[in-house]
Amino acid sequence: MNVEPSVRVEDKLYYNRYLVDVGHPHVRIRAHKTPSPQLLALLKACPARCYELNDDGQVEIAVDGCIECGTCRVIAEPTGDIQWSHPRGGYGVLFKFG
Amino acid sequence: MIEERFDAIVVGAGMAGNAAALTMARHGMKVLQLERGEYSGSKNVQGAILYADMVEKLVPKFREEAPLERHVIEQRFWMMDDRSHVGMHYRSEDFNEERPNRYTIIRAQFDKWLSSKVREAGAIVLCETTVTELAQDDRKRIVGVRTDRQDGEIHADVVVLAEGVNGLLGTRAGLRARPTPDTVALAVKEMHFLPRETIEARFNLKGDEGVVIEAAGTISRGMTGMGFIYANKECISLGIGCLVADFQRTGQTPYGLLDQFKRHPSVAPLIAGSEVKEYSAHLIPEGGYKSIPQLYGEGWVVVGDAAQLNNAIHREGSNLAMTSGRIAAEAIGLIKSRGEPMTAANLSIYKKMLDDSFVIKDLKKYKDLPPLMHTHSQNFFLTYPQLISKAMQNFVRVDGTPKAEKEKASLKSFVKARSWSGLVGDACRLARAWR
Repeated sequence: MNVEPSVRVEDKLYYNRYLVDVGHPHVRIRAHKTPSPQLLALLKACPARCYELNDDGQVEIAVDGCIECGTCRVIAEPTGDIQWSHPRGGYGVLFKFG
Repeated sequence: MIEERFDAIVVGAGMAGNAAALTMARHGMKVLQLERGEYSGSKNVQGAILYADMVEKLVPKFREEAPLERHVIEQRFWMMDDRSHVGMHYRSEDFNEERPNRYTIIRAQFDKWLSSKVREAGAIVLCETTVTELAQDDRKRIVGVRTDRQDGEIHADVVVLAEGVNGLLGTRAGLRARPTPDTVALAVKEMHFLPRETIEARFNLKGDEGVVIEAAGTISRGMTGMGFIYANKECISLGIGCLVADFQRTGQTPYGLLDQFKRHPSVAPLIAGSEVKEYSAHLIPEGGYKSIPQLYGEGWVVVGDAAQLNNAIHREGSNLAMTSGRIAAEAIGLIKSRGEPMTAANLSIYKKMLDDSFVIKDLKKYKDLPPLMHTHSQNFFLTYPQLISKAMQNFVRVDGTPKAEKEKASLKSFVKARSWSGLVGDACRLARAWR
């Protein structure tokens, strides 16, 4: 039973409240020509689907919908593929229920 | 820059941080608590079940004022395959007691309340402030923190790191290792809103009675993982989590698992017609006893999820966090009352006190279970649930086959899937790890 195509993560993120820190992404990807296995794993493992493949086959990130779990850090920080910090105070996801 | 000096700085306002800040403030200490969210709770995610005993130790009359959802009178364990579940339910009128033992809660609301107690006790709580770095002196002692709010350092005799599972500050300062894919699980959760009466009818409840369901089996597609369904007053918390290493290895998506769990024929009717109001995700420490890092050092202690204090088998985390925060604060209060410095040697009393508590005793009891579950996940989360479901169906379905033949068929299916030595081995391994 493969249900992934029907799951629209963007719709899920729409329920959430965010204060986006425009111009200050808290997660950055190291520039690369071809992505490492760790970076590629983030395309699937990130629960907010922040990581996407661009037309050149490189992994890009849009942090606006990030729910700050840290999964990408655990997978791809050790290899230096990403730099991960908390958003500045007050910014990022604002859980109403948690 | 804040010129004044504090007795203690607490980083984080989750269960551990709030327990620590509250306890130290009550000891008359000058406490600064820093939280990156807009209020305590706005970055915190949990199922969530609250255990009364640990809260009572902080706020004895919490039942009269804390935002609680339902007191849990029924626990369901489900072992699931794709079309069925085998359940063990425990429901008792004993849980309808004057001072109930467990409650479902909504973390953002509960934490906000607990934080109000911290302020009442006299601590300074500064929200919307991310601590960016630990301040160290030339002898590598932790002497305070740096924040993104202003330049310069804020100093304190001791820093309580209640920074949560990611533990960025401690790992960056080299106090402990970064969590690894095989020691943390990623859980995703949705909040499903329904009218109160609908929830009570679907879960067979009256008044503020509550039910919690823990589910395992093919819902995690062979990965080490669990699903949960908790009834709140007017919403249902529903989620699923698996080891990050398993997500990484299999390429399964967390939202795909969640979606499949929601569509399961045993689950879908419970949430039918609901309105989803939030989607969240969080890491859960799963490494158990063997993953507990160094808990104290020169001028610092670490508590809660940041210290990997989570009992994955019993799904207990926030109570371990709360207890470790309180015990660390009591240890610090003791050192302070003796007028002694916050050295590693003096702070080691925190570890001694924690070792003597249920926190470390419980984690020690199950020290071999996480590795067993992680390395044999296919068997425990896929093969056995399917076999048990088939055996159950074989047992209850009446179709003219003699019972002896049915039993033989069920046994044969187990042996075929795992072999005799595999079955005996799994049983021994499980028994040994549980003991």
